[in-house]
Amino acid sequence: MIYLDNSATTKPYSEVIDSFIKVAANYYGNPSSLHMLGSQAEKLLLQSRQKTANLLHVHPHEIVFTTGGSEGNNLAIKGAAFANRGRGRHIITTTIEHPSVSEACKQLEDFGFEVTYLPVNNEGRISLTDLKDSIREDTSLVSIIHVNNETGVLQPIEEIGNMLKNHPKVIFHVDHVQGIGKVPLDIKKSGVDICTLSAHKFNGLKGSGILFVREGISLTPLISGGEQEMKFRSGTENVAGIVSMTKALRLTLEKSHETINKITTIKEKLLSELSGIKNITINTPENGSAPHIINFSIDGFKSEVFVHLLEEDDVFVSTTSACSSKKHMPSKTLLAMGKGQKLANSAIRISLSGNNSIEEVPKIVSSIKKSLMKLERIMG
Amino acid sequence: MQYDRILVRFGEISTKGRNRNRFIDKLSKNIRQQLSAYPGIMIEKTRDRIFIKLNGEPHNEITAILTNVFGINSFSLAVKTKSDLDMIKDAALVAFKDLDYKGKTFKVTVKRADKQFPLETNELNYEIGSYVLKNTKDVTVDVHKPDINVRVEIRKEATYITCMDIQGAGGLPVGTNGRAMLMLSGGLDSPVAAYLGMKRGLEIEAVHFYSPPYTSERSKQKVIDLVKKLTTFSPSIKLHIVPFTEIQEVIQKQVPDNYSLISTRRMMLKITDALRNKQNALAIATGESLGQVASQTLESMYAINDVTSTPVIRPVVAMDKLEIIDIAKEIDTYDISIRPFEDCCTIFTPSAPKTRPKKEKVSYYESFVDFEELIHKAVDNIDTIEVNAKSTSNTEVDDLF
Repeated sequence: MIYLDNSATTKPYSEVIDSFIKVAANYYGNPSSLHMLGSQAEKLLLQSRQKTANLLHVHPHEIVFTTGGSEGNNLAIKGAAFANRGRGRHIITTTIEHPSVSEACKQLEDFGFEVTYLPVNNEGRISLTDLKDSIREDTSLVSIIHVNNETGVLQPIEEIGNMLKNHPKVIFHVDHVQGIGKVPLDIKKSGVDICTLSAHKFNGLKGSGILFVREGISLTPLISGGEQEMKFRSGTENVAGIVSMTKALRLTLEKSHETINKITTIKEKLLSELSGIKNITINTPENGSAPHIINFSIDGFKSEVFVHLLEEDDVFVSTTSACSSKKHMPSKTLLAMGKGQKLANSAIRISLSGNNSIEEVPKIVSSIKKSLMKLERIMG
Repeated sequence: MQYDRILVRFGEISTKGRNRNRFIDKLSKNIRQQLSAYPGIMIEKTRDRIFIKLNGEPHNEITAILTNVFGINSFSLAVKTKSDLDMIKDAALVAFKDLDYKGKTFKVTVKRADKQFPLETNELNYEIGSYVLKNTKDVTVDVHKPDINVRVEIRKEATYITCMDIQGAGGLPVGTNGRAMLMLSGGLDSPVAAYLGMKRGLEIEAVHFYSPPYTSERSKQKVIDLVKKLTTFSPSIKLHIVPFTEIQEVIQKQVPDNYSLISTRRMMLKITDALRNKQNALAIATGESLGQVASQTLESMYAINDVTSTPVIRPVVAMDKLEIIDIAKEIDTYDISIRPFEDCCTIFTPSAPKTRPKKEKVSYYESFVDFEELIHKAVDNIDTIEVNAKSTSNTEVDDLF
């Protein structure tokens, strides 16, 4: 089996699962309980926060543990918008965000907020000038995805952050869910105020995430209750999930350099092979894209059929993002890039991780060719 | 080519006359201990400098640690190269490029200790400076107030190049001014007092009063975490945990409510003093700040201090709470200190403690019980933990991360 859907989710490291099992079995106390079991669990939580902060080069009290990327993005966007609505009700984001950002923004529009959706060029990138021109007196939040989940295109986060330093009242949120361990981002240096991560995208388990919230940023909590997580999100902490996520983050970042080198080579090899195949259009830009995502369209064919054909060959890819593919929607990012309905309906995404190897490339390529021939025979 | 050594300059040590060697020895020992995670390094002492040879150990991690070693005025990363013009030029460029130099100004300062070297100082300044300028972008020369001063010291045996002076922590090497017992409650003030004391060369042993079940395991852990944080500045610190429950219960029973706090404080000081004697320390350090709480009015201090003639050092006595908080944040003890657990002082706090206690009265109230025996017992049952950066780590738990 060749798993090429790592942007949807990654296979958890076995060490991570071991950690989860041990903590869930032995440290089941509620961290808020006064007794010893509670204090042991709390200690693990404290250590997790400290270690996570060290790994991300930020301060422990800037780490909020969440349930994942969607919660993180929702808390960042709605939380920042509500907490700072006295300052302004204008939000800027892009047309190629993950649904957990774009839908949260839509919801805010119902609450009377105004949202500017920045367009992207044919590579999928926003322009810094557009962003600059969109900033108004009442802009409270800018939310930009670092690595697009469908095509892997990168946004110039550091430049945006530097530009936003001239607008100290504007909060800068970055969805870094696809980037962690694959595209380095210096949170502090890039002037990022809020940053979303999700454990299962870096070989951790589903149900845990991290939201970096820079000291001094206020967010209105979406979940009220026992005021856990510095009051940003209530609810008994998922200690086993958090500890195992910390381990996943450490392993991911320790291997990051090696992983990037490896998947960059695989991606280059795949790209050169794929671009030689008739009927295939590569949508991922050559420069300024993440090393793990390749998006291509198979001219004229529905991508869903292609996914199943490859599956018969034990190669697992996806259509658009996992979140939208169930709805049979054309790729939103490709439409925004002006690629047109036809290419957007036939988009395939390959997403790599450190578990893939260069030896898999010939098999992937031959499976793709085989499936294409089958398709042509049946549909053509 | 890369940075292969660090040149360390002393602070006040230089003025310490005949004690100088003792100070330098202590400093180099402290440096070695703080850098114990890097076994490759070698330390070389000279009269006015310490050289740390890196032998391949990572310089950025090591410089981060050195900024917390007291007694260091400043230090610089240095490159050693052969005393050959082309090699010097290349080394200077490498050292320069390692810095965040874009948009900055620089100059070259050559010290030509080897008077036989073919070129003169000014020619060398020009040669090296123009080489750096030619091979970089976005850099200008400013010989009066440069952002970066490329210092080149040409000796017969080798040439040393340093580019940037990094500010050290200042102060005096920990341990050069004797040992003190620090009363560590877990609040904001006492860790800051410890830090300031260590900065002036004190070696600290921490004393914490533990009153289960009135205080929890968590408050003890909090203190251990604080001490661990303080090991940033001193490689290893002893923490004495004093069993204090019995004495607190006796005080509750024996001493009137509004005097119980003063009495508790006096007992703590007595115990600390007895322990100090045992540990051959010469002073007691506290985080008391004048007028901050009822036990820290001048009248209270007078009544409490009455139990000993040992010097009590109060580094934060004249500081505002906000100033103390600033330092606590700087040394990263703030987040630990504000963890909301009861400590032995808060749990028995009377509703209206005396702010102007009389020492005669408190001695009278205490005279009905033989506290000496209780104190003796407490001192004998002290649990001492040696805390260092690695201690308190528990492999079983560490494996989880």
